Amino acid sequence: MRKVLLFLPLALFAAVVLAFAFRLYAPGDAIIRSRMVGKPMPDFALKPIVPNHPGLAAADLRRGAPRLVNVFGSWCIPCRVEAPQLEALKARGLPIDAIAIRDTSADVAGFLRDHGDPFQRIGDDPTSRVQIAIGSSGVPETFVVDGKGIIRHQHIGEIRPEDVDGIVAAWEAAR
Amino acid sequence: MKSARLLAVALAAATASSSHAQSNAPAAPYAYAQLPDPRQEAEAKALMETLRCLVCQGQSIADSDADMAGDMRSLVRERIAAGERPEAIRAWLVERYGSWVSYKPPVEPVTWPLWAAPAVLLALGLWLARGRFRRKAR
Repeated sequence: MRKVLLFLPLALFAAVVLAFAFRLYAPGDAIIRSRMVGKPMPDFALKPIVPNHPGLAAADLRRGAPRLVNVFGSWCIPCRVEAPQLEALKARGLPIDAIAIRDTSADVAGFLRDHGDPFQRIGDDPTSRVQIAIGSSGVPETFVVDGKGIIRHQHIGEIRPEDVDGIVAAWEAAR
Repeated sequence: MKSARLLAVALAAATASSSHAQSNAPAAPYAYAQLPDPRQEAEAKALMETLRCLVCQGQSIADSDADMAGDMRSLVRERIAAGERPEAIRAWLVERYGSWVSYKPPVEPVTWPLWAAPAVLLALGLWLARGRFRRKAR
């Protein structure tokens, strides 16, 4: 019994080392989901960022039909990767609005010219105010908002070809 | 020679992608500027040190140089300047990102062991010490 007790501190130390080693080897899941899913879109009114698209307000997202809201930045590389998938979603009849994070008019215009323009409205969020208000932690992210302005779904990261069906399903479920 | 050229290409690629990943837009007004009122600035600073950056996740927003951390600092400072209480701002963020965003652990069932651990360990230490002293006295 005494011998066992003698080795107890060493065993505890080994357990601590193992716990640290495990977390260093496999860090925790770093994806932070928004807690705003299921809640109404917070009130906001964003100015336009490019002349050929109107700005985006929360009121535009409660007009009876569900919409997608794409949070993006022209400076964000994964946002370029998902451009063909946004075009595919548009082709399948999903209306898409966008929120441009920390962006400039010239950069957004260049991004739309180079990577396609699936957007109806684009709001200018120069200091991430709306992004933070909806619990989005990065770009790109895509939200499904139902006709009453309730956030129904959040897609984190770029939309890959295999994600398109799931987003269409979430949009149809929001009708 | 060949490896030097490879290195140059790798360096060019690395710097090109990092310059693209940064926004050209100017930083938020209070991302890198302090509030004029030192008491409010101290309040904002204390709160920022206990809020977690969502992009570079090991750091507080006070320490992080990520654009989003700058925007969060500006949000905190502007709200403090508008007279909002720090704990109300923390609660507003927790409502959006969960308690993950805060370095101050709330008292709830999942964190009870965390809060109880110091008391339990202290009690254990006292109990051990008591045994030692008794043996000596004998």
